[in-house]
Amino acid sequence: MAAVRRGVQGTRRLKLQVFRIIVFVAAGLFFLVPIGAMVEFSTRGVGDQPRTLAAWQSIGTYPDLVAAITASLELAAITTIAMLVLLVPTMVWVRLKLPRLNPIIEFICLLPLTIPAIVLVVGLFPIYNWMGTNFSDSILTLSIAYVVLVLPYAYRSLEAGLASIDVKTLTEAARSLGAGWFTVMWRIIVPNISSAILNSAFLSVALVLGEYTIANNLLYNNLQVEIAMLGRANAGVSIAVAVASLLFAFVVLVLLSFFNRGRGRLQLVELQQVMRTERG
Amino acid sequence: MPERSGVEVRLENLQRRYGAVVALDDLSLTIAPGELVALLGPSGCGKTTALRLLAGLEDADGGRVVIGGEDVTGLPANRRNIGMVFQAYSLFPHMVAWENVAFGLQMRGVGLAERKKRAIDVLELVGLSRFANRYASQMSGGQQQRVALARALAISPQVLLLDEPLSALDAKVRSRLRDEIRRIQLEVGITTLFVTHDQEEALAIADRVGVMQSGRLEQLGPPMTVYSRPATPFVADFVGLTNRIQGTVSRGSVDVRGATIPLVDSSVPDGPATALVRPEAVSLVGNGEAQEGPLIGTVIAVAFLGATSRVTVDLGDITVLAQLPTSAAAEHPAGTRVKLALRPDPVLVDSHN
Repeated sequence: MAAVRRGVQGTRRLKLQVFRIIVFVAAGLFFLVPIGAMVEFSTRGVGDQPRTLAAWQSIGTYPDLVAAITASLELAAITTIAMLVLLVPTMVWVRLKLPRLNPIIEFICLLPLTIPAIVLVVGLFPIYNWMGTNFSDSILTLSIAYVVLVLPYAYRSLEAGLASIDVKTLTEAARSLGAGWFTVMWRIIVPNISSAILNSAFLSVALVLGEYTIANNLLYNNLQVEIAMLGRANAGVSIAVAVASLLFAFVVLVLLSFFNRGRGRLQLVELQQVMRTERG
Repeated sequence: MPERSGVEVRLENLQRRYGAVVALDDLSLTIAPGELVALLGPSGCGKTTALRLLAGLEDADGGRVVIGGEDVTGLPANRRNIGMVFQAYSLFPHMVAWENVAFGLQMRGVGLAERKKRAIDVLELVGLSRFANRYASQMSGGQQQRVALARALAISPQVLLLDEPLSALDAKVRSRLRDEIRRIQLEVGITTLFVTHDQEEALAIADRVGVMQSGRLEQLGPPMTVYSRPATPFVADFVGLTNRIQGTVSRGSVDVRGATIPLVDSSVPDGPATALVRPEAVSLVGNGEAQEGPLIGTVIAVAFLGATSRVTVDLGDITVLAQLPTSAAAEHPAGTRVKLALRPDPVLVDSHN
């Protein structure tokens, strides 16, 4: 009887294993086939000529493209830093001092999610028009619009991080030990929500590097706008740059997941130690 | 007992409102140097608010906080020299135990080697130096609270504040840690304010117990006095169990179902009142079978508490609790008829029936 039960359970496990592999392969193909096709296209030789990396090698020879890549990376950095400087202290302060404002802050932060980018542009256009005349027409001013754009994603991530710790008690404990507000933020809150900060930073970088609508309609040439323009003149280079930006985002994601996995492993070790202590 | 080296703490006419709710209503309290005062009361009575005002974590609407003769009412929490242990686990999760303990010293500019040495010394005081390199998540709740106590003591504070530090722990750990807190407090000689809703905890640990209700201090005194000579019916009701038995006050004593008991306050006017009688002042005398009378009834429950047992007796119109040695209670199982006797200890009466 037991042997029969073991056999049934073994068959079930095998079926589940096969199902998992099928889902994994299907999802992998869904993501990798388009990227493979892009790589294939960007390395295709002209006519009957063999495969070539000419399109990849010529990325650096387009000054506008290099400038756009630089600008997009700068925008990603500025947006991420501005978002964190704006959002982290605000969210902590609201949690500590004005918890009743939390739903309002959440509503404001999630609002850009419900407004299409093209509608956002209509509202932003007069502001950028004014800024271009009176302040600066640098592409880096786009970071103001991008901070608004990334708010919903960054808010959700940071909110999850703050919910995982007792902000009020930790803050009060640090204050009673002599810490000022800056020390509380920098030495206590930030290290304990580092994963959430990294997640929100990654989301911001990914969003900024992939943003096209706002930049194009406000007449700024960021990476995506340049890729689109280049696609009309040299499709191979345009696709090579698109693949390169995807790979960049992929590398950031892998680094982040490695960091989080390290933390997860640490937590597992901690849990095992506690269980040993309790038994002892 | 070691010489006490703490400072005097005075809360003078403290007031605090949250909208229409009065959390503290003109609270005044003086804690002598090196004394441990426990504030006891039901949820919302203002005890935690008083402690938070003393810590500087909240601002008072009126009144003064004076520590060691210095008015600190306007000082923020980080500039008052106060150590605090919280109800919730409050160790910084990203720091190991010794780093947690050394954090306050770092805020005071103590060098790394010195603060590590001092942190280990204080961890030794709470018996946890071998856990110095453990994170909070690698320790049990009791260990975390002991590290929190070490962290609060490491800065050599003028005052130690304990905000229900034992409430998240299981009964056995709670009792052990309670005794340990008292031992350390006496060893260090620090002025301490302990806030709790657990009367057993307050009575066991404190030099004086303050019972609070609706933002006011109802009574402040040694544990024995608060228990045996409650100043108000609320204190009598809140601290320990109390039987409320109808009686008639007459010339400084109260007649309760035929028994005459002296009053704590002989100025109570004559007339009907409710006598507040402790269960340990009630005893069971003889067999009540086939007898009738105002103090004869039926045992309906016997609760075993260890050395003593609590017997519930139904007198027909009311039930009365009697606390007896377990051997005496065993002679009166549920269902037996018994006669009650009331010890003539002075009692309080509640004339607001």
